[in-house]
Amino acid sequence: MKTTADAVVIGGGVVGAAIAYNLAKYGLKNIVLCEKDTFASGSTGRCGAGVREQWGAEGNIRMCKAAIDIFENLQEELEYDYDIEFVQKGYLMLAYIEKEWEQFNVNIKVQHKLGVNAVALTPQEAREIVPTLNTEGLYGATFNARDGHANPFHTTRAYLKAFERLGGEVCFFTEVTGIEKTNGRIQGVKTTKGDISAPVVVNAAGPWAAPVASMVGVDLPVYTERHQILVTEPVGRLFDPMLMSFSRGFYSQQTPHGSVVMGIGDPNEPKGYDIGHSWQFLRRMCDIMCSVVPALEGVRVVRQWSGLYTISPDAHPILGTVPGIDGYYHAVGFSGHGFMLAPIVGKVIAEMILDKELSIDISGLDLGRFERGDLRVEPSVV
Amino acid sequence: MSDENTIIVCRCEDVTLGEIRKAIREGATTLDEVKRITRAGMGPCQGRTCRLLVAGEIARYHRKHVSEVLQSRYRPPVKPVKMGDFAALSEEGGNSQEEGGHRQATGGDGQCICGKAVTGK
Ligand SMILES: Cc1cc2nc3c(=O)[nH]c(=O)nc-3n(C[C@H](O)[C@H](O)[C@H](O)COP(=O)(O)OP(=O)(O)OC[C@H]3O[C@@H](n4cnc5c(N)ncnc54)[C@H](O)[C@@H]3O)c2cc1C
Repeated sequence: MKTTADAVVIGGGVVGAAIAYNLAKYGLKNIVLCEKDTFASGSTGRCGAGVREQWGAEGNIRMCKAAIDIFENLQEELEYDYDIEFVQKGYLMLAYIEKEWEQFNVNIKVQHKLGVNAVALTPQEAREIVPTLNTEGLYGATFNARDGHANPFHTTRAYLKAFERLGGEVCFFTEVTGIEKTNGRIQGVKTTKGDISAPVVVNAAGPWAAPVASMVGVDLPVYTERHQILVTEPVGRLFDPMLMSFSRGFYSQQTPHGSVVMGIGDPNEPKGYDIGHSWQFLRRMCDIMCSVVPALEGVRVVRQWSGLYTISPDAHPILGTVPGIDGYYHAVGFSGHGFMLAPIVGKVIAEMILDKELSIDISGLDLGRFERGDLRVEPSVV
Repeated sequence: MSDENTIIVCRCEDVTLGEIRKAIREGATTLDEVKRITRAGMGPCQGRTCRLLVAGEIARYHRKHVSEVLQSRYRPPVKPVKMGDFAALSEEGGNSQEEGGHRQATGGDGQCICGKAVTGK
């Protein structure tokens, strides 16, 4: 491992990997990425990996639109020899209560204004897109064909492999245990494999973002919360788009491989670092999804697991610098949708570090917004 | 005639010995990494057949003992179970029309009807 670097990225999830790759792509030479476990071992490898433009807040729509632009060419850009499995079969957002349907109709206006081509559908039209859908109790749906999902392991690994080809160093099983700073300037990091001196340190530590930030005296207002998920055996095509409903709290996609992945929000999930799982989840998840797509009844569950959301006070990520600490950057608090944002966040954080013009305005997503009381609002999260 | 590209190591996911060895050559040092790259062990049998074989390959390549490599955890359910069977366990049954859709969870977590609770990764 290098003992001197131009930048150290902490975290080998999709966000850290995307930042490291973009730094190298912009020409920075000596970059080390430290990951305490292996690639995608945190939230990334446990996530649903859905990617959507169908948001309510302008900022989220803009960022996700830019991210999808990147996703569409990512396989080629990263010259990856496996498939990142990015498919765009759309998200079908299902409204089961009137309030949800009204919200969708407000969202879609904002989406149209920003160039997102989502359409509002009657239950019958929704069934034309997903013939296996049970439309009972459904008010309506919105559909955006450009939304989709990818393979989180391969997306992360593709970034890391491209980063290595550009000369970057990836250190797995290397935990950052301290960050050195003197007179408000970052000096480097201490790791379980030795020290690295570096003027720039990026905190992309996912659920461990707060403990890492505390190494430089920064107090992040985030908490972690368990979210459970399961996957079935691979079966023939049951549905193409990601199915999602906020009122019922679920999302589900059928991967290119044929297995069906599904998760559900639950306000009673424990906060903290518990990534156990419960049979109550299995029961509730299966109950709800068997009513949405009755054909799932005969499909077998092969695995359940859980991962952590790292949640900020306004459910938007916290990005950028902290005044008074030169050389410290963070990309944290993704609140359950960091996979889809990673390509654009990776790019813009690299631009920020290298003093380049930013591809997208993220000034409102700094840590300072919580003190200013300038919170973002997003009506559409699971 | 058998070469590494015709020998199937993971029968559930159709992963060949060649694919396993490629992932290991490219830097995978653990069962989890091989699984994430190749899908070996992700199928219905959850690696019950291929785990030892994959661990053996990793151990041989990195000159370790198999026991050092065998650390990937099983995730429940131990046997694949039909979604309809889980749904039938639900007391409420059928559609939930509740506002917010968030039904109360019925108890603590970490319990599992079909295997030991998994913590860690
Ligand atoms: C069940 C579930 C479903 C989800 N579904 C979606 C979805 O459909 N779409 C979407 O966009 N998002 C989804 N998410 C959210 C998404 O997973 C996260 O927002 C995203 O993966 C965050 O990536 P990350 O790189 O910031 O964090 P992580 O993937 O957690 O990576 C952080 C890494 O930092 C490492 N690390 C931490 N501390 C240290 C240290 N001191 N030294 C070295 N390394 C360290 C960790 O080991 C970890 O690998 C979901 C999350 C869950 C749990």
